[in-house]
Amino acid sequence: MLGWLQVLGRAGLGFFERLGRGHLFVIRVLAGIPAVLLTPRLVVAQIYSVGVLSLLIIVVSGLNVGMVLGLQMYNTLVDFGAETTLGPVVALSLVRELGPVVAGLLFAGRAGSALTAEIGLMKATEQLSGMEMMAVDPVKRIVAPRFVAGLISMPLLAAMFSAVGILGGYFVGVGLLGIDDGAFWSQMQAKVDLHEDVMNGVIKSVVFGVVISWIAVFEGYDAVPTTEGVSRATTNTVVYASLSVLGLDFVLTALMFGS
Amino acid sequence: MNNLSDNLVEIRNLSFRFGTRLICDEVDLDFQRGKVTTIMGPSGTGKTTLLRMIGGQLKPNAGTVKVDGDNVPSLSYAQLYELRKRMGMMFQSGALFTGISVYDNVAFPLREHTRLSESMVRDLVLMKLHAVGLRGARDLMPSELSGGMARRVALARAIALDPMMIMYDEPFTGQDPITVGVIMKLIRMINDTLGLTSIIVSHDVQEVSAISDYIYMLSNGKVVGEGAPDKMWQSDSPWVTQFMKAQPDGPVPFHYPAADMSEELFS
Repeated sequence: MLGWLQVLGRAGLGFFERLGRGHLFVIRVLAGIPAVLLTPRLVVAQIYSVGVLSLLIIVVSGLNVGMVLGLQMYNTLVDFGAETTLGPVVALSLVRELGPVVAGLLFAGRAGSALTAEIGLMKATEQLSGMEMMAVDPVKRIVAPRFVAGLISMPLLAAMFSAVGILGGYFVGVGLLGIDDGAFWSQMQAKVDLHEDVMNGVIKSVVFGVVISWIAVFEGYDAVPTTEGVSRATTNTVVYASLSVLGLDFVLTALMFGS
Repeated sequence: MNNLSDNLVEIRNLSFRFGTRLICDEVDLDFQRGKVTTIMGPSGTGKTTLLRMIGGQLKPNAGTVKVDGDNVPSLSYAQLYELRKRMGMMFQSGALFTGISVYDNVAFPLREHTRLSESMVRDLVLMKLHAVGLRGARDLMPSELSGGMARRVALARAIALDPMMIMYDEPFTGQDPITVGVIMKLIRMINDTLGLTSIIVSHDVQEVSAISDYIYMLSNGKVVGEGAPDKMWQSDSPWVTQFMKAQPDGPVPFHYPAADMSEELFS
């Protein structure tokens, strides 16, 4: 019994200690952001590897999700003769929920894991130490640009996901199943509100961008500098970031659309 | 300020513990300006830890580490980074940035800390690479270098900003005899021609004896012997003799501490 409590206590302490380290770390990263903005080429290079290189998986998934959504919703709506509302149904599901959430999960898997592995391996091969000894702060030079790039990329990727998804829904609904072209778009225009729906979706994607980038860079920087350590950190990033996205999505949805 | 002191680095009463393990136990060390000084000792006796404390990457539990008059553990972040610009360090692995070429690796500190034009950076980089004999390898990526070449590039990068001192972490470990010879020659040549102070951490007795001016021997966190290389060879200290002559048993026991064998086998 006592041993069991000890294990629990040690795990709890470890968890909170790590949480504290994570917060102290993000403060250092935030303090490094002004310097990063003065050297935009570092951020641009990272936006390319974090954002642009994630485009393929985001676009393909968005198209698929949109097409499947169009197909499934049509089958239900047509029973009620409401198939012309396919436009708003597809658009609202994507813009409010699926865009930020699925893009967030994909971003954690594609870009988050890569960030963790890169920073973790730089630590394991003493590159971060070497940089410190050259009087260059790795938190400013390596971590902050990647964090900022993640912050900028994630909302853009989520927007891309939603846009491509709506197009997918359009191809299936209008192209394949023969819904009226004008009705699809005009209903969508009438039902989707810029503030209520689009902006709330954007806020979600910004929050997810912060959380995923934060977890990814922290896991990398805090990784045990060995082969197993980096592999565990990479797994942690994907697991923690995905769970955070799903958990936060529920909280944000309740706050935004609850009443 | 004692900037005119003969010692560039002065360590006094330095203690460092890692968890419950005492890595350094009230160590006093002096590193004279313009000299090559080596810290020797068995693996795991805190030699690399000492370098990290001189570089300010680890803070000691007690004691002072004075580098050119500044006490490193009590420096502010900005002062520490300013001091590090005058220090070079060559890591055991080289620690080159794997994503950029040899040229860009050597140019990195110059681009970060100076506002020199690209053509000036180019001249400096080629000069530093020439000094280590790798001017022709400037377009290679770190993954294309042998271990010895990577260390030479790391050395070129460490002297890019013309530091006042340079620290070598196990510079000879795991290299073939030719590379060891090259690195020995480079350490001595760079020390003497650039007039800097070199600190080596190593356990390669022959190599270190050949190029060092002064040797400290550490064991279990204490200095167990010190002196010029020829004095070390003639030392009558059992620690020093065991290490210099590579004897398997002595003050550093052959057996890891264990219970009595007869008890373990016949109980």
